[in-house]
Amino acid sequence: MARNPQLNANGELTHLLSIEGLPRPVIENILQTADAFASVGDREVKKVPLLRGKSVFNLFFENSTRTRTTFEIAAKRLSADVINLNINASSTAKGESLLDTVDNLAAMQADMFVVRHASSGAPYLIAQHLDRTGAKHIHVVNAGDGRHAHPTQGLLDMYTIRHYKKDFSNLTVAIVGDILHSRVARSDIHALTTLGVPEVRVIGPRTLLPSHVEGMGVRVFHDMAEGLRDADVVIMLRLQNERMRGALLPSAHEFFKSYGLTQEKLSRAKADAIVMHPGPMNRGVEIDSAVADGGQAVILPQVTFGIAVRMAVMSIVAGN
Amino acid sequence: MTPIEVPDAEELLARLIDAIRPSVNQATVIIGVHTGGAWIAERLHAALGLATPLGFLDISFYRDDFGRVGLNPQVKKSTIPIDIEDASIILVDDVLYTGRTVRAAMNELFDYGRPGRIDLAVLADRGGRELPIAARYVGATVSLADHQSLNLARDDAGALRFNLVEKPVAA
Repeated sequence: MARNPQLNANGELTHLLSIEGLPRPVIENILQTADAFASVGDREVKKVPLLRGKSVFNLFFENSTRTRTTFEIAAKRLSADVINLNINASSTAKGESLLDTVDNLAAMQADMFVVRHASSGAPYLIAQHLDRTGAKHIHVVNAGDGRHAHPTQGLLDMYTIRHYKKDFSNLTVAIVGDILHSRVARSDIHALTTLGVPEVRVIGPRTLLPSHVEGMGVRVFHDMAEGLRDADVVIMLRLQNERMRGALLPSAHEFFKSYGLTQEKLSRAKADAIVMHPGPMNRGVEIDSAVADGGQAVILPQVTFGIAVRMAVMSIVAGN
Repeated sequence: MTPIEVPDAEELLARLIDAIRPSVNQATVIIGVHTGGAWIAERLHAALGLATPLGFLDISFYRDDFGRVGLNPQVKKSTIPIDIEDASIILVDDVLYTGRTVRAAMNELFDYGRPGRIDLAVLADRGGRELPIAARYVGATVSLADHQSLNLARDDAGALRFNLVEKPVAA
């Protein structure tokens, strides 16, 4: 099967598993729809009836506060019923397999699974399994799988960039830090290149860059000052201590000296550059507090935009 | 079947303005339903010289056929730039047919507040209601076959025109 498992026979989005392979019009449609949902957040009643009577299961096999919460808010603003499952403390701990858990929830008449899992590909496995077992009507949204993808974060990053910069066609975007362990970086790179951003840079030490990263259409820099030169957008990544295997770094302090974003380093970028971060931030490790709280940071607007983007994704897949 | 005469949208608009004028006051709020209703609302708002800001609704998030057809890919922002609590609203659409769009529009309006009253103004009423909804102001009533529809278009100069669309009967 060469068909993209995220798209139905008409090429419409029915699961959101990864930004890789999504056609540009599909991404643009999500951003456009999110725009309409953003205005719902300004109203007295911040809810629309689109998913009334639908059950959305948040399946978080890995911890998350921000992503789970914004998915929950998004689903509730679409009038869905939301069930949060903290799987660490539940059946898998008793030895139930992932797909047995899925079958049981499908039997509870689920309409959508929002899945976060430490293993890359888990949401694909679930989508394929649902397809095979005749539960095609259940939609899967990837909320982060291993090092592979975090498509809704990638989309909300694109929404944020479009909000502040209007147009992708003239931008220089620099992604800084632990690219190797970052599913956000992968999703951002696929989205940026699909949307036609002419210059995407990754900046980091050799030990934290995936091999052959150039093949993704990015320019690689090891020197931060050089990599930030004339950038319009700076995306900082969290140093992922929990995903580090072996001694990839001398120390957090050393990392900050070379790759932590300070006001001084940021001055190499364009004067109107925006600073983004997917959170949670390690202040003093990858970003200085003065920058994180400064006038160029759009880190909190990213969180707010994330609700509208997740509403758009959930309502689009649920309708296809 | 005898070919129907496509009504002149500009003529209907002039009639609609005359029909509405006696009952508006400076507090009347005009809200147009995207896309055709928004164009008409702009024209009404200018012709009636209203001081209240104009509102627009995109009812895509309130449609009752989401489960069948999914989300409209062309969804636009709704903008209601005024407090509608207790306001007297004229809701504007191009063609009144089943009444489902109007129901969706009213559901959406109530998520912004509790209006004092809502009247409906349409350029054309083609009958075929499936819900208990009626317009207070109507440019003209027309009769169309089930497979026909009137689509409103706006040219570069801002003039409105109806086009008759014949939908192919499903094979």
